Amino acid sequence: MDFSQQIAQYLITGLSIGAIYAIVAMGFNIIHNATGIVNFAQCEFISLGGMSMYTLVVLLKIPILISFFISMATVSLIGALMERGPIRYARSKEIIILIFLTIGLSGTLRGSAQQIWGTDNVGVPAFSGEAPIHLPVGATILPQHIWVFGITFLVMLVLRHFFRNTILGKAMRATAVNRQAAALVGVSVDHMVLLSFALSGALGAVAGMIIAPIATASYDTGIMLGLKGFAAAILGGYGNFAGAILGGVILGVLESLGAGLLSSQYKDATAFLVLLFVLFLKPTGIMGYGESERV
Amino acid sequence: MENRNGCKLVDLPESTRRKDRFSFTLLVVIIVLIPVLVESKYYLIVLNIIGLNTIVVVGLNLLIGFAGQISLGHAAFFGLGSYFSGILTANYGFPHWPAMVVAVLATGAIAYLIGYPALKLRGHYLVMATLGFGIIINILMGELEQFTGGHDGLIGIPPLSVGGLIFDNDLKNFYLIWAFVFFCMLVARNILDSRVGRALRAIHGSEVAANSLGVNTSSYKVKVFVLSAMFASVSGSLYAHYITFISPSTYDFYYSIQVVTMVIVGGMGSLWGSLFGAAVLSFISEALHVAKQYHIIAYGVFLSLILMFLPEGVLVGIQRFYQSKKLQRRITIEQRGLTR
Repeated sequence: MDFSQQIAQYLITGLSIGAIYAIVAMGFNIIHNATGIVNFAQCEFISLGGMSMYTLVVLLKIPILISFFISMATVSLIGALMERGPIRYARSKEIIILIFLTIGLSGTLRGSAQQIWGTDNVGVPAFSGEAPIHLPVGATILPQHIWVFGITFLVMLVLRHFFRNTILGKAMRATAVNRQAAALVGVSVDHMVLLSFALSGALGAVAGMIIAPIATASYDTGIMLGLKGFAAAILGGYGNFAGAILGGVILGVLESLGAGLLSSQYKDATAFLVLLFVLFLKPTGIMGYGESERV
Repeated sequence: MENRNGCKLVDLPESTRRKDRFSFTLLVVIIVLIPVLVESKYYLIVLNIIGLNTIVVVGLNLLIGFAGQISLGHAAFFGLGSYFSGILTANYGFPHWPAMVVAVLATGAIAYLIGYPALKLRGHYLVMATLGFGIIINILMGELEQFTGGHDGLIGIPPLSVGGLIFDNDLKNFYLIWAFVFFCMLVARNILDSRVGRALRAIHGSEVAANSLGVNTSSYKVKVFVLSAMFASVSGSLYAHYITFISPSTYDFYYSIQVVTMVIVGGMGSLWGSLFGAAVLSFISEALHVAKQYHIIAYGVFLSLILMFLPEGVLVGIQRFYQSKKLQRRITIEQRGLTR
């Protein structure tokens, strides 16, 4: 394999992991826009997506397509319950308290997942075959990578349609811009917050499910993926959807190139180093306008 | 005048000073008495861990509770203290006290380099930057094997000593660590009761207002960040010399979360709350180790419940609970009086 083939290979790996970061970053953004908090339980949504896929497909032998939607619905429900229960009944609405509450809840979820599935890494079968496809540039691509790109693209299209063209999506955007004004024109802010948690749950689950056949799944795979998804969201500009995609892709590609060309030991450090570097140059993220509130 | 966090924006009143003097005296008495009462070696270890965490939490509370900035990267500063001390003494045979001073200064310098640009960031951006910094340092601890011993950790760190007195058991370390706790709390308290403290409280109240009154807010924020990193570094050095073995897993993301949680549970902006928060959470975290495989879930549930129901910190929460009880009782008594 010559140098350009290598680069092509790293780009493919980088783009697919970047796509995962982008989906996760969107999950972070949706909740941030609705509530102003960072939902660290997003990490657990990813793990739960992967593990429930394992349970349904490997243990219960349910067809992949059906399993996909069941997992998505389940994790989405967990997200909704999280909001309906602890977050809503928390006595303080201060942002830092709520953020740490999501960390507590994330521990609860991770601990439960550990009890249910144990600590082993498990494999999940690829959606359609494992035979690598040879590309004209000389690089190879797994069918699962194509699924990752396809599903990510689809998710983006659906979200775009949802936020632009449906009344519910518009109501969510209105809530993000100004809660009080949205409430005044008849948007139920409570429902929008609930919806944002459900949506984030679904997005986290999707990310976890499509990466599981490539990277295996375990009760805590979501932590690093989730933190880097958060990094991608911040890098792009927190709350900005185009920024989330851009941030995810940049982090994924640079991380993959760094791991391949420089050193694989520092793979996880690369993403955060890039993030710090960009933030110090542009404190509001690449496409963000900054935020005025304080955590 | 009080802001929403209940910290006075004026000088500390004489009554608070008297209370503080009393509390500090009480602290000394308790520190001296505890080893007499506690005979179990296990509890001494827990108390030492509480002390080490208290030092980190007091520093972090200056940053969070008074300057209103969140850091999710303090495990890194705690770790830098440990590793600078450990590497200098175990690998290069440095004398330990100078090594500790070097560690504190070096950590302070690193905190300044990272804090100067980072504290221009606002809100979640700052959270992410400190979080990322913490993760990078944690990875470096594992990967720079020739210095740090890699993931297996660094062994053979010598215990501290003063003259002929070697701090080589839990009891001796208890006195050493808690002497540092006392000293650090005193430093923190005096800072709060100075021009700097007033500036910090003003920043927490309103950064814009503080700025317009001539407080150089960004410079103060960086200074407090550096100071809190140095506190963490001192604690880290003490930890390394006490346990004599360090490995990267001690300084991961979860430690950063734990210390911030201690600040919240103790009450943001409360000096004595820091001691309380560190004590309660360290103790519970140790106690939950009994639950072995249920540790993660138990800690998660515990944290969630505290934050849901006692968000202003346990001390204040309990106080309010009793006040409302008292009030209720008075109301019912008055009502009875009315019906008669």
